[in-house]
Amino acid sequence: MSLVLAVAALLLKIAGFVFLFSAALGLLRFKDPLQRMHAATKAGTVGAGLSVAGAALAHGDGLTMIVAAVTILFLVITVPLAGHLLGRAIYVSGVPLQGIEGRDALQGVLKRHEVDPSSEATTN
Amino acid sequence: MMESLRQVDHFLTTASYVLLVLMAVPLGMTLVRMLAGPSYADRFVALDMLTGVAVSIAALTAAATGRREYMDVGLGLALFGFLGTCALSAFLERKERGRP
Repeated sequence: MSLVLAVAALLLKIAGFVFLFSAALGLLRFKDPLQRMHAATKAGTVGAGLSVAGAALAHGDGLTMIVAAVTILFLVITVPLAGHLLGRAIYVSGVPLQGIEGRDALQGVLKRHEVDPSSEATTN
Repeated sequence: MMESLRQVDHFLTTASYVLLVLMAVPLGMTLVRMLAGPSYADRFVALDMLTGVAVSIAALTAAATGRREYMDVGLGLALFGFLGTCALSAFLERKERGRP
C-alpha cells in the first residue's frame, strides 16, 4: 500500500467522522423535527459514505471496492427518498414546527393532523 | 522500505480503532435524541441517523480488523435502514391523533 493511498484513506475516514459528529450535533441542538431531519439525513449520509470510501481505500481489494461503491450508490440514491418521506410524515403528523404560522405553503395541499397538546410535549 | 510500510499499516489500523471508539460520541448523541423525543417524528429521525452511524461503524470495523465481510454488513444495514425509515414514515402519516 502506498503512503499517498494510506493518507487519503485516513483523511476520508476522519472527514466521515466529522460529518457524522456534526449531524449528531444538529440532531441534538436543532429546535423542531424538520430541522433535525435536515441535519440527520444529509450530513449523516455524507459521513457514512466517506467512511465507507475510506475503509475500502485502506483495504485496497477489488471486491471490497465494488461492495463499497454499491453501498455509497445505494446511500446516495435513498437519501432524497428517505428525507422526502420523513419530511412529509413530519408535516402530516402535526408536530409543532417553527415559523409555520401564517406562512404554511402546504395548507390545503396536505392534510395536517391536529395534535392534542396534552399528549405531545412542545418542542424544547 | 518494508519496515516503513509495516509502520504505516500499523498506524492505519490504530487510527481506525481510535475512530471506532470516537464513533461512540455520535452514537450516544443519537441515542439521547431517541430517548428524549419529544415527539415520535424525532425518534424516527434519530433512527434514520442511527443507520448512517451503523454503516460507518461497520466500515471502520472492516478497516480496523482487515476483514472484508464487514463491508457487506454495512451494505445490509443501509438496505434495512432505508426500508425501516420508509415503513415508519408510513406509520407516522397514518397515526391517529393522540395515539401512537
